[in-house]
Amino acid sequence: MKMHRSSRTRHLPSKIITFVVLALFFVPVLWLVLTSMRPNIEINTRPPVWISKSVNLDSYLALLGFGVNPERFAFGENVPFGDYFRNSIITAASSTFLALFIGTLAAFAFSSFKFKGKNSIFLTLMIARAIPGIALSLPLLVLFTRIGLSDKIYGLVIAYTAMNVPFTAWLMSGFIGEIPDELTEAALIDGCSRWTAFLRVVIPLVGPGLAASGIFAFLTSWNEFAIASVITRTTASKTFPVGLFDFTAEFVSDWRGMCAMSVLMLIPAVIFVIAVQRQLVRGLTLGAIKG
Amino acid sequence: MKNIEESRRGWFYVSHKRLPILLLLPAIVLMLFVIGFPMLYSLYLSFTNFTLLSSGSAKFVGLQNYATLFKDQVFLRALLRTILYMLIAVNSEFVLGLLIANAMSHVIRGQGVLRTIMMMPMMFAPVLVGFQFKWIFNDQVGFINNILFEIFRRPVIIPWLIYKPLGFITILVAEIWMSTPFMIIIFLAGILSISPEIMEAAEVDGASEWQKFIHVTVPSLTPFIYIAMAVRSLDIAKAYDLVSIMTGGGPAHRTELIWTYVYRLAFTSQKFALGSAMSYVTVIIAVLFTFYLFKQLIKTREGA
Repeated sequence: MKMHRSSRTRHLPSKIITFVVLALFFVPVLWLVLTSMRPNIEINTRPPVWISKSVNLDSYLALLGFGVNPERFAFGENVPFGDYFRNSIITAASSTFLALFIGTLAAFAFSSFKFKGKNSIFLTLMIARAIPGIALSLPLLVLFTRIGLSDKIYGLVIAYTAMNVPFTAWLMSGFIGEIPDELTEAALIDGCSRWTAFLRVVIPLVGPGLAASGIFAFLTSWNEFAIASVITRTTASKTFPVGLFDFTAEFVSDWRGMCAMSVLMLIPAVIFVIAVQRQLVRGLTLGAIKG
Repeated sequence: MKNIEESRRGWFYVSHKRLPILLLLPAIVLMLFVIGFPMLYSLYLSFTNFTLLSSGSAKFVGLQNYATLFKDQVFLRALLRTILYMLIAVNSEFVLGLLIANAMSHVIRGQGVLRTIMMMPMMFAPVLVGFQFKWIFNDQVGFINNILFEIFRRPVIIPWLIYKPLGFITILVAEIWMSTPFMIIIFLAGILSISPEIMEAAEVDGASEWQKFIHVTVPSLTPFIYIAMAVRSLDIAKAYDLVSIMTGGGPAHRTELIWTYVYRLAFTSQKFALGSAMSYVTVIIAVLFTFYLFKQLIKTREGA
C-alpha cells in the first residue's frame, strides 16, 4: 500500500518536466498545422488573432488542384505540387532501394569476413560521411552539366544513393553482426545450401535492420536540400524542399500555403517513423552496446 | 565432406578470399564516381580561376585561392563561428537530452506515445525547421513577438534574426529544437537498458534521486553519450540548410557559417574556385575531426 502511493508521487517533478518539454517540442508542430488552415489575412495582422474565425482546408485543396483559392497572397494553385511529389517520391524511393542493396552487400563483407584492408575501407566509407552535400554540390553541378545529368531526377538519385551507402553499411553491419554464427551453421548442417541459409535464416533476422536503415535513407533523400537546390532548376527535377521557396516572394509570403505543403511533406515521414520506431531506436543504439 | 559442401553451394559459391571484395565492389565503385572523383575535381578547380560564367577558359593559378582564403577575415570568423555553433549546440543538446530522457524514464504509462511525439522534430526537414522558426521569430507577426505583444499590451517588434547576438541565438534555438530529440531517444534507450538490480542496489544503499542519476545513470550511459555526441558533432559540422533558410548567413555575415559562406562565394559572388578551395580546407578539417572521433570511439569500445 505504502509502495503504491510513494511510486505515484515520487516522480512528480519528472512527470511535470516531461510534459512541459513535450509541449515545447509539440507547439511548433501544432502551430504549423493550425496555420495551414487559417486565412493569410489573420496570420499577417496585428494585433494577433489567436482564435481563428474561419478554419478550412482550402490551402490543401488549392495545392492538390481542386478549385481556386480566391485569397490574397495565396500561391497554392500555381505551385506544381504534383511535379514535386513525383520527383521527391521517385528520388527518395529509388535511392533508398539502391542504397539498401549496395550498403547491405558491403555490410556483409564487413561483418562476416576477415580480409586485408577491412578497417581502412570501413574508415574511408565513414569519412565520406563527413563531406557535406554543399561541398559535393559544387563539383557535381559542373560535372553533371557536362554529362547532361543536371536538372535530371537520375542525377539526384545517384548522388543520394552515394550519400546513403555509408550509413546503411554501418547500421546493417551492426544488425548482421548480431546474428549468431551458430544459427547459419545449424542451417548448413541441416542440409541447407549457403544460398538458402542466407535467404531463410539471415534475411528474416536482418529485416528490422533493413527497415531502420531504409527509413534513414528515405528521410535523408526526402529532406535533402543542399544538393537539390544547386542541381535542380525546373519542375523536371525540383523536389519538395526546393519547392517550398515557391511560397516566398520579395515582399509577401504565403505562410498558409507553405505550411500546407509542409504538412503534406511530413505525412510520409511520420507514417514511416511510427511504423518502425522500435527498430529505429535499436539500430541507433546498436553501435553503443556492441563492440 | 568438403566436396559435397562445395557442390551444394552451386552457383552462389565464390572463393572465400574474393567474396568480400565482390560484395564491396558496388559500394566502392559508386563512392569513387559520385564522391571520390568529384572531390578530386573540386581540388583541381581550387587551383584555377574557374567561374560558372566562364567555364571554358579556366586558367591554372596555383595556390592563389588558398592565399586569398587565409587572408580572408570573413572566412576565419565563419570557421570560428561554426566551431562555436557546434560546441554550444552539441553540449546544450547533450545536457537537455540527458535530463529529459531521465525524466521521461520515470513516466511509465504512455511512454510509447511520449516517445513518438518527442520524435516529431526528427521527421522535419532542416529546411522546414528553418522556415518554421524564421516565421515564429518574424519581427512583425511572429509567434514570439505576438506573445510579447499580449504580455506587454503594446507592439513589440524585436528583429530576432537581425540583431547581432540574437540572430545567432535564434538559429541555435532552432537547431536545438530540431536535434535534442535524437539525444533523448538514444539516452532513453540507454537508460532502459540499465539493469534494474543496479538501481535497486543503489536504492537499498539509500541513494537520493540525484545521486542515482549522477553515480549510476550517467556512468552506465557513457557509450551511448559518446555515440550520440559523435554523430551530432559530425552533423553540425555540415550545418547549412537551417542557417541558409533563416538568415542566409547575413545580415553583414553576422550569422555566417562556413557552408553558407562557401555557397555565397561560389554562386552569389561568382568566385567558384575560391569557394572550392574553402570547401576543400573545411572538408580536410572535418575529415581529420571524424578520423579522431572514430579512433576515440574504437578506443572507448575496446576499453569497455
